[in-house]
Amino acid sequence: MDLDSLTQQSGDWLRGTGPESDVVVSTRIRLARNISEFPFNTRTDDSTRARIVKQVRGALDDLAIPTVLQYIDVSELGDTDRQFLVERQLISRELSEGEGARGVAISKNEVESVMVNEEDHLRLQVLASGLDLSGCWQRIDQLDDAFEEHLTFAFHDHYGYLTACPTNVGTGIRASVMLHLPALVQTREIQKVFHSLQKINLAVRGLYGEGSQAMGDFYQISNQYTLGLSETQVLEKLSSVIPRILDYERRSRQAMLEENREELHDQVSRSYGILKSAHTISSEETMHLLSSVRLGVYLNLIDDLELSTLNELYIQTQPAHLQKLRHAELDSAERNKARAALLRQRLAAESEND
Amino acid sequence: MKKCRQCSKPATLHITEVRKGEATEIHLCESCAKDYLQTPEPPADSPDFEFDKLVEADDESLEGIDDRICPNCGITFKEFRSQGRLGCPHDYVEFASDLNALLENIHGETQHCGKLPRRAPDSSRRQHQLIRLRSELKSAIEGENYETAARLRDEIHSIEQSLQSGQDSASEPVDSSD
Repeated sequence: MDLDSLTQQSGDWLRGTGPESDVVVSTRIRLARNISEFPFNTRTDDSTRARIVKQVRGALDDLAIPTVLQYIDVSELGDTDRQFLVERQLISRELSEGEGARGVAISKNEVESVMVNEEDHLRLQVLASGLDLSGCWQRIDQLDDAFEEHLTFAFHDHYGYLTACPTNVGTGIRASVMLHLPALVQTREIQKVFHSLQKINLAVRGLYGEGSQAMGDFYQISNQYTLGLSETQVLEKLSSVIPRILDYERRSRQAMLEENREELHDQVSRSYGILKSAHTISSEETMHLLSSVRLGVYLNLIDDLELSTLNELYIQTQPAHLQKLRHAELDSAERNKARAALLRQRLAAESEND
Repeated sequence: MKKCRQCSKPATLHITEVRKGEATEIHLCESCAKDYLQTPEPPADSPDFEFDKLVEADDESLEGIDDRICPNCGITFKEFRSQGRLGCPHDYVEFASDLNALLENIHGETQHCGKLPRRAPDSSRRQHQLIRLRSELKSAIEGENYETAARLRDEIHSIEQSLQSGQDSASEPVDSSD
């Protein structure tokens, strides 16, 4: 697959049109699987890894699913291309920085992806726009079944699907919902949310695993337990909690608007102004300002911007994306200029179209 | 107005840091904030991370079993404890008694009750056997025991054959429980 063609499109999950997309950016489910005839990747040498890749690619050629998955050999890619796939959420940092034979198979719309030779032999992933846990589960369940026609996964009657790390054993499922929670962060109510999520054993993480406001007020909420609960139970638990958080965030947004409309309008407009006119801007500042503008769009304080444009800008202003778009290696200072130029151009075009 | 925690100028940036599920507020002036944001973060909190701590916490109860070794992949329980990752699927059987306590700590349960593979579990057992035989074959070749290696190779070959023919007939679905 030609990675450059990916720069011209954006994954389906960035459309900003899914259910509850005023708060929920995306839903992701992944399954960890291992082929039972091989050791886990902690104990595989390069020739064994190559055989795992060969088996998986053999299965991919003949997979009974409606979409085609194209294999990308990650071990052959340069630093920028690997980082590019990380930014698109198609591979993990661990796979990017790993060693030996490894890769990822992705569908054209970037909904399905399958990492090969990460911590586990296979990591299946389905990513959707907005809140869609049951839709993601259906797809990944099918994908898993399709692989199983060709591969024998390590499975134990008592422990379920066996994984390299005992934290994933059983169902191997991690279901996560990415939320944008600017109002809960600004009103400092977010701690209460974390606290109550912890009590019911759900994990909270930042956009790419980090957790600071600098990452644009994005939080991923996911299950921690993979053993003792069926996949359906895991999803039900998330499904029952998410609406309460959405409600909390929406009420906080309205309260901010009612109590402080002028100040809020000023704040989001200034953020928008900087993004439209800066000549050099860091990734962190961009994330912070985009978050503020996004809040302005939700509350109709900014009316000439689409959510999908904001979503694309989050991805396209990341370091590897900037370099792919410019077809050049850029150092940090050059990236800051390129980022500002991209923002000015995209946001000007958006206002004109309006 | 809050003061910058680094230099006591008026703070213009208010950062909420979330580490290990704890949110803390940090107030900084613009120049200190720049420095702060450019400093790389420590590794993000993850279930794996907490799991490592968990293994540490269990130190005393695990004493004495460290040197146990999995005959399939050769990993010792000690290695598992230090890296937090197992070596092969058979480790779950080999270290079952000690893993049960860990799994109970991590998940609160030890019995899987989700999806079952469509394949017969019998083939899984033969796959475990393959792991062991292949690692034996490797050390036989390294030790130049060619007679043993030849025998192992034949044994591996016959299991591979039986798995292959089993694949065509064993594809009827097993009850899935969810």
